[in-house]
Amino acid sequence: MSEELLSFEDAMAQFDPVLGLEVHVELNTATKMFCGCANVFGSEPNTNTCPVCLGLPGSLPVVNATAIASAIRIGLSLGCDIAEWCRFARKNYFYPDMTKDFQTSQYDEPIAFDGRVELEVDGEVFVIEIERAHMEEDAGKLVHAGGVTGRIGDAEYSLVDYNRAGTPLIEIVTRPIRGTGAKAPQVAKAYVSYLRDLMRALDVSDVRMEQGSLRCDANVSLMPKGETELGLRTETKNVNSLRSIEAALTYEIRRQAALLAGGGKVHQETRHWHEEGYTTPGRSKEQAEDYRYFPEPDLVPVAPSREWVEELRATLPEAPDVKRKRLQTAWGFAEQEFADIVNAGALDLIEATVAAGAPASAARKWWLSELARRANEAGVELTALAITPAQVAAVQALVDAGTVNDKLARQVIDGVLAGEGEPAEVVSARGLAVVSDDGALIAAVDRAIEANPDVAAKIREGKMAAAGALIGAVMKDLRGQADAGRVRELIVERLG
Amino acid sequence: MALTAAEVARLGELARVRLTESETELLAPQLDVILAAVARVTEVATPDVPPTSHAIPLTNVFRDDVVRPSLPREDVLAGAPAVEDGRFRVPRILGEEA
Repeated sequence: MSEELLSFEDAMAQFDPVLGLEVHVELNTATKMFCGCANVFGSEPNTNTCPVCLGLPGSLPVVNATAIASAIRIGLSLGCDIAEWCRFARKNYFYPDMTKDFQTSQYDEPIAFDGRVELEVDGEVFVIEIERAHMEEDAGKLVHAGGVTGRIGDAEYSLVDYNRAGTPLIEIVTRPIRGTGAKAPQVAKAYVSYLRDLMRALDVSDVRMEQGSLRCDANVSLMPKGETELGLRTETKNVNSLRSIEAALTYEIRRQAALLAGGGKVHQETRHWHEEGYTTPGRSKEQAEDYRYFPEPDLVPVAPSREWVEELRATLPEAPDVKRKRLQTAWGFAEQEFADIVNAGALDLIEATVAAGAPASAARKWWLSELARRANEAGVELTALAITPAQVAAVQALVDAGTVNDKLARQVIDGVLAGEGEPAEVVSARGLAVVSDDGALIAAVDRAIEANPDVAAKIREGKMAAAGALIGAVMKDLRGQADAGRVRELIVERLG
Repeated sequence: MALTAAEVARLGELARVRLTESETELLAPQLDVILAAVARVTEVATPDVPPTSHAIPLTNVFRDDVVRPSLPREDVLAGAPAVEDGRFRVPRILGEEA
């Protein structure tokens, strides 16, 4: 599967990348875009469907008012103009994930257009121009069966679940992004990360990339340095984590650079990202797709009044970048400490943990070390871990109260992640509380002194550095369930 | 603006209708007649006539975001040619990736 690649440095020495990003956001409305079926993830297959989303003859769609409001709020928060009048259109194609053989979308009349987003990457500011944000519906979900690898190439047949068909989607499309140079992959990642934060702040989507509620198609092309004419691009799909966006674009830049540097041509095509670290060709786009768009005759135009748009503007939350500055000041973190939080996608988690009562430094420590390590091991985002900010705050409260020490707290987290209940329940079920009864501690200290007479002698002579060995012995004796500080105090008391 | 046989073949492809050569030759002039009839609309649609896509002069027909019962799954799947694991079973899709 591996194709020839140029090193990223060599690619950047010869070419300028141009990006184009298409981000699909599934809205978290209670119902679908055009019918009253529940819009939820993870139901039994084909249990949230009706004649409208199944495309049965004679059924008629009706637009979800909340979806329109969300679309307008998204548009406004991206600095877009909101159309005074716009229509839905039919995008015609045949694929078994579409019940109607067309997708209800918007074509030349998007609800929001001409926006801009400013991003800071490594101290450099990039302006991302938003061409449009339009409304459409999601398709059903295919499972490929019968093959060896589960990939479509060797599938014998496919199984379709239409629960997702008709889910409201907003597609946000950038204009070509130039001038990012070697930072192109980072800029793309920062942009999608910004959109994720923004959608979460607006509370319009769950933005769970691993569940597909935020999806990115990453277009990239290369121009020889000094040229201004865009090269042929590829569009990489199936990029479902922030990490993958950066990796997939880096790969595509290196692959295209090797082709061009070797005198070859880039095929304009769709490519698929594989988590193993490469892309493979999908549909060729040499024959321009002909979707035969036309205005949807079953839906009347959407004409949001200016009063409504202004009402919605008044509901916009604090912009994520403004919020960051505020939180950094409130929490008192240095630039780099705070940047680590943002880069790890832990800002909202830490904010919620602090809101649940934990000190900011402790919240940061848990999310960026222990929990980040576990998320990394499991290959998931922090938000996908089976622990809530409130539970993390509860763990820290147990530490602060002296019920558990840091080491035991990690075991409490193990228990919570394993579904054993709330932190306090894990402590009692696993018997993790530290021994706070001085009698038991003193007995353990005395046993340690007796077993290590030479160490005890040194401490009596005032060589406190030797105390570590006794503390270690006590901790071992009590299987780690003691507060090391208190053990030290008791050793000094007994030998002082 | 006569349609060529190649254009008719392409339309057939887009509509997933398999056409033989004699059928494309038969259909090309027939489709021409239809296109010519529709083209007459442009003669009356002067710049002062706004384009319209809907017969009723309404905008903003919305519904509240309230869940209504979906169909029972057995009804949903009743019309499926084949079913497996509560899903519609469809033939393997060639040449494209989902």
